[in-house]
Amino acid sequence: MTPAEFVVTNAPALIVAIPLLAAFACPFIGRISTPARNVWVMGGMLLTAVVAFILAYTVFTNGTVIYVFGASATNLAIPLDSGGIPIRIIFTVDAMSAFMDIICAIAGVLVLMYSLSSESRNSSLDGYYTLFLLMITGVFGMVSTGDLFNFFVFLEILSLASAGIIAYRIDGGLAVEAALKYFILSTLGAILILFAIGIYYGQYNALNMAMIAQSMQYTLLDRIALVFLVAALAMKCGAVPMHFWTPDAYSMAPSSVTAFLVVASQASLYGLFRVVFTLYNVTLNCLVVGWIIIILGILSMVIGVTMAIPQKDVKRLMAYHAISQTGYMLLGVGVGLAVLGNAALSSAFGFTAMEGGIFHIFNHAMYKGLLFLTAGAIFYRIGTRDLNKMGGLGHNMKYTMIFFVIGALAIAGIPPFNGFASKLMIYESVYLFNPLLAIIAMVVSILTLASFVKVFHAIFMGPKLPEYADVKEAPLPMLLAMGVLAAIVILFGLFPQPVVNGIVAPAAHALVDQSGYIASVLGGA
Amino acid sequence: MLWNLPFITVVVLTFIGTITVLMKRNLIKILLGINILESAANLFLVSLGYREGGVAPIFTLAPSELMVLPTPQALTLTSIVIGVATSALVLSFAMVLHKKYGTVDIDEIRRLNG
Repeated sequence: MTPAEFVVTNAPALIVAIPLLAAFACPFIGRISTPARNVWVMGGMLLTAVVAFILAYTVFTNGTVIYVFGASATNLAIPLDSGGIPIRIIFTVDAMSAFMDIICAIAGVLVLMYSLSSESRNSSLDGYYTLFLLMITGVFGMVSTGDLFNFFVFLEILSLASAGIIAYRIDGGLAVEAALKYFILSTLGAILILFAIGIYYGQYNALNMAMIAQSMQYTLLDRIALVFLVAALAMKCGAVPMHFWTPDAYSMAPSSVTAFLVVASQASLYGLFRVVFTLYNVTLNCLVVGWIIIILGILSMVIGVTMAIPQKDVKRLMAYHAISQTGYMLLGVGVGLAVLGNAALSSAFGFTAMEGGIFHIFNHAMYKGLLFLTAGAIFYRIGTRDLNKMGGLGHNMKYTMIFFVIGALAIAGIPPFNGFASKLMIYESVYLFNPLLAIIAMVVSILTLASFVKVFHAIFMGPKLPEYADVKEAPLPMLLAMGVLAAIVILFGLFPQPVVNGIVAPAAHALVDQSGYIASVLGGA
Repeated sequence: MLWNLPFITVVVLTFIGTITVLMKRNLIKILLGINILESAANLFLVSLGYREGGVAPIFTLAPSELMVLPTPQALTLTSIVIGVATSALVLSFAMVLHKKYGTVDIDEIRRLNG
């Protein structure tokens, strides 16, 4: 087997193994020298990203990839002597997983590149990079695994690493307070997930998602498990009414990490969609569960944006906008779920709504990451996040200002940026489902724009303030990371169709197509 | 009836744990509540895998008779390890907060709001 074949065959294992190894070797390499550690961390991340892209390419060209750990062949899901039960841990990477892999790879590389510069003034960074790479491991594991208990383990890796990295700069205890809030909620959510896993195991003697999906009966116990999973994962992705941790955690984490925490929350969102569509699909009462998700989405949108407007801390404000944007994803996919059983309505608008929601996940990770990185660049240069103390920075930080404007217009859904492309799909399809929902979504976009106009004015406009007279532009690696994200934001806004056809539509198909998911693991149809 | 005793214990433990997490103000006591909830989840998993009269699921040593299910035991072991990591992290947060704020009462640990 040539090395290239080896990588292609083992890609699902490598995207978890490489960052895990890089993470735990990081403190040792950090003892040698700081540059060696930086090269090691960046090299590990780049390698992971390359493997993730290879894996995504394989999935989008050849269909779902499964990887069985410890089997004689990597695609031998059911051992010959097991009586038709997939007993091993299986990674099932379908188009939806590959889609999330791409997001995580892009965000991971850019955020790490930014960190190398933005964190360079702080001491004891070995632990920081270890935790960061563990977050990467957690996200890749969560989106790739096809085993529910494995999902729980990666979720806990992600929670532990995120909590550690949020608290990393103690900041007089404030960061620890935020991390504590996040972590206690995450732990309670994880216990709920563990109970749900126990319920499935007790009924179906299986942990494999495909196996559970095949035998799903939708009994009373399954409904209880569904409630547990939806509550825990909606909390982890920061949907109202379980959003309290989000502004604290997002504002107190180092800025570069905040941009990646957005992706980490979306991994939970992925988990929510995976549970609803792959485990249950049409067996559940689609209209009721769809409406529950839609209502969660609408509440997140409206409450997120109204809470954002009065904020004084720029990162806290952006965090509330992140809650609000999560609402769009829940709205789009919720509408798709509500009409799932009905073929006519699904093809009329349900599927477009899902595509819009899923496309918005990608766009959100890009423009929100960009906005958090610009906020981080400003904090790096002037040392405050208080909007009332800022002003006139546009004179000195021209590039940061341009990137901020791009991100702000994208989040408000102004053409030709990527936020517009996905929001338009959501508006059009949701309008056919229920006009009121589409109107609420548009009003929220207008409020978002209003809020960002105010922030833009407060940070960049006005005369030069004397205390910031000699503020310099952000360092080059930080500008480069922001520039790449801004380029993606513009590119996806100008040419959304190839992206939608190429990766978004297959991802939405993979979610809806439960029998395809089962067949890829268990064989047959 | 006796069969259901472990599951009744799970319900009681869940109840005690939830009440502790929700009602107590002391961070250490909240952590204890979380630990009780974790124990409930672990007991739930192990009870699911128990078969009456089954022997320990060690394949090479077992006589060819009924064994209890090995998978829930593996899950429980993993979940215990995760629980240890969780407790350690929360305790270290409590230490830092006590040093910085001089209290572990969560009513006083609320400088972030809005």
